[in-house]
Amino acid sequence: MSEEDARAEADGCLDVAANGSEYAISIRGLRTSFGEQVVHEGLDLDVRKGEILGVVGGSGTGKSVLMRAIIGLQAPDAGEIEVFGQPMVGEEDDEAQLAIRRRWGVLFQGGALFSTLTVSENVQVPLREYYPNILPQLREEIAGYKIRMTGLPGDAAPKFPSELSGGMRKRAGLARALALDPDLLFLDEPTAGLDPIGAAAFDEQTRALQQVLGLTIFLITHDLDTLHAICDRVAVLADGRVIAVGTIDELLATDHEWIQEYFNGPRGRLAHAGSVSIRGEC
Amino acid sequence: MGHFGLPRNANWTSFTSTMNRADFTEEQEGEARSIVLTGSLSLSCLGDMPARLDSVEGPVAAIDLSRIDHIDTVGAWIVHRAAERLDASVKGADDDAGRLIDAVARAGLPEKMRPVYETPLLRILNQIGTAVVMTGQTMLGLLGFLGATIIASWSLIRHPGRFRINAVVQRFEVVGVSALGIIGLMSFLIGIVIAQQGSVQLEQFGMEVLTVNLVGRLTFRELGVLMTAIMVAGRSGSAFAAQIGTMKLNEEIDAMRTIGVQPMEALVMPRIIAAIVMMPLLSFYASILAIIGGGFLCAVSLDIPPVTFVQRLREVVPITDIWIGLIKAPVFGLIIGIAGCFQGLQVRGNAEEVGQRTTAAVVQAIFLVIVIDAIFAVFFTWIGWR
Repeated sequence: MSEEDARAEADGCLDVAANGSEYAISIRGLRTSFGEQVVHEGLDLDVRKGEILGVVGGSGTGKSVLMRAIIGLQAPDAGEIEVFGQPMVGEEDDEAQLAIRRRWGVLFQGGALFSTLTVSENVQVPLREYYPNILPQLREEIAGYKIRMTGLPGDAAPKFPSELSGGMRKRAGLARALALDPDLLFLDEPTAGLDPIGAAAFDEQTRALQQVLGLTIFLITHDLDTLHAICDRVAVLADGRVIAVGTIDELLATDHEWIQEYFNGPRGRLAHAGSVSIRGEC
Repeated sequence: MGHFGLPRNANWTSFTSTMNRADFTEEQEGEARSIVLTGSLSLSCLGDMPARLDSVEGPVAAIDLSRIDHIDTVGAWIVHRAAERLDASVKGADDDAGRLIDAVARAGLPEKMRPVYETPLLRILNQIGTAVVMTGQTMLGLLGFLGATIIASWSLIRHPGRFRINAVVQRFEVVGVSALGIIGLMSFLIGIVIAQQGSVQLEQFGMEVLTVNLVGRLTFRELGVLMTAIMVAGRSGSAFAAQIGTMKLNEEIDAMRTIGVQPMEALVMPRIIAAIVMMPLLSFYASILAIIGGGFLCAVSLDIPPVTFVQRLREVVPITDIWIGLIKAPVFGLIIGIAGCFQGLQVRGNAEEVGQRTTAAVVQAIFLVIVIDAIFAVFFTWIGWR
């Protein structure tokens, strides 16, 4: 059987598994640690298909570590992680693991673009890696429309990452994350370091892409405006676990001190007021 | 079928339906011809369909999507470009397909995908020209940097309070003490090699005893200092360039300037001073170790006992040989330090540049050391230190 057939078959298997499971990501009893320091202990979390789940928590509560554990960059000490119904921990089946890797895209905090490749070449890397048989012309076109879809200006494609601004680098990173038409997207602080206009535009773009492509998005953020603007549900990380998951209104109804502080602090109230007034106008 | 396990709750009937290869047929309806796409129009199931679709010639009235299983943006793009090329309409698209085709069509392509490339001839000419200009600029820059170093040292002499003794001592350790092991071992082995190779040649004239002259004069005059310079350039010159280059990328150097700390004083001077001070010490140490190596070989294979070896050494090696080594060493240290720090400060842009600049620092340092060594050789002979 050719490599290509094996790949299509693995994708097919994953489709079936994905259709059979209710959640895009399902985590049970996760424990991660660095030496003595325990980051997560008994963490449970479900991400529904087709939702944008915001993950918040104070600095050092392990938001990024959680993402790294899900995408396999950080081996957990214990617990189960399922993506599209497929177990990710201790799974030896390479082809099935690769099939899942093709179904997610990750945007790292700084964009993590390969600095020696142009933006267009960066977006083509995953395509080249997994689908070497695609004609170069078509591959370039795929990269082209993805770059445009993320809202980059047309002259950005031949540029090198060092020639781009921070916001453009994030968009280019998003285009690379979207290269394989993933179902699941991980965004690590996508609006950090962007100006408010750029951040709002990025939020809007994310929302639009999510709707058009039917994405499930796992979004780590500190940005209260992002939470209000685009997140369907929000998961709050504290004390090594997820202490609450729900819509912002549901979270506001809980009486956990950190959650109240976070959403009802001066910045939280402003963001809430802003989102209410925006939604009121619509 | 597959060599991997089926996921739980997978069943084969639904499985086969999801992995249908993308394909198309051409159908003739009266005058109008239409292309009917089938299968899954997604990235993993495309196969050679796009290439075959590209070779279809018009006129085609419509592209029919009513029989496809699944579509993603790549499939949508292929449909979109085929429809544009053949000037055909798209029919039978369900909500998903319509939405995706709209989205990719709205996105379109950037006006330019690649940086501009020139013809090979022009590119080679361009590269040669750029290399010449770059070399000229680098040499000028090095000269300028030497000037900046002298100015910085002058200001340090006038304001000794700004002298960073801790940083300098730390560099002493990194450049000097940590290098003792490797330089010692290398010199010892080189001493053995010279004595061994020399004795083989001198034996033919019955003059093995001259091996002592060979080892003694060669190591003090040339090899001790030259090999040490090459080792320090590789060990420390490269480290200077990489450290300063990375700091440059992290904007640490800009931060320093903003705070009012002069990078020349805080970063460059300690490294250059360390290289200048450590080079003579290291090269003297290297010479001694090479002589021990030579003496070891003489004792083992030429039956010259160590006492005789040392006595003969004192007779044949003039003190000027040691002066020559000790005069050259700090100059080489200065060259290594300047090349490393200068290249480090030239880093701009990306991580690859750090690598390039580090390489350049080492190559430049070794090259200049050998050039200056040649000049010294002529000079010392000229003043009668033969």
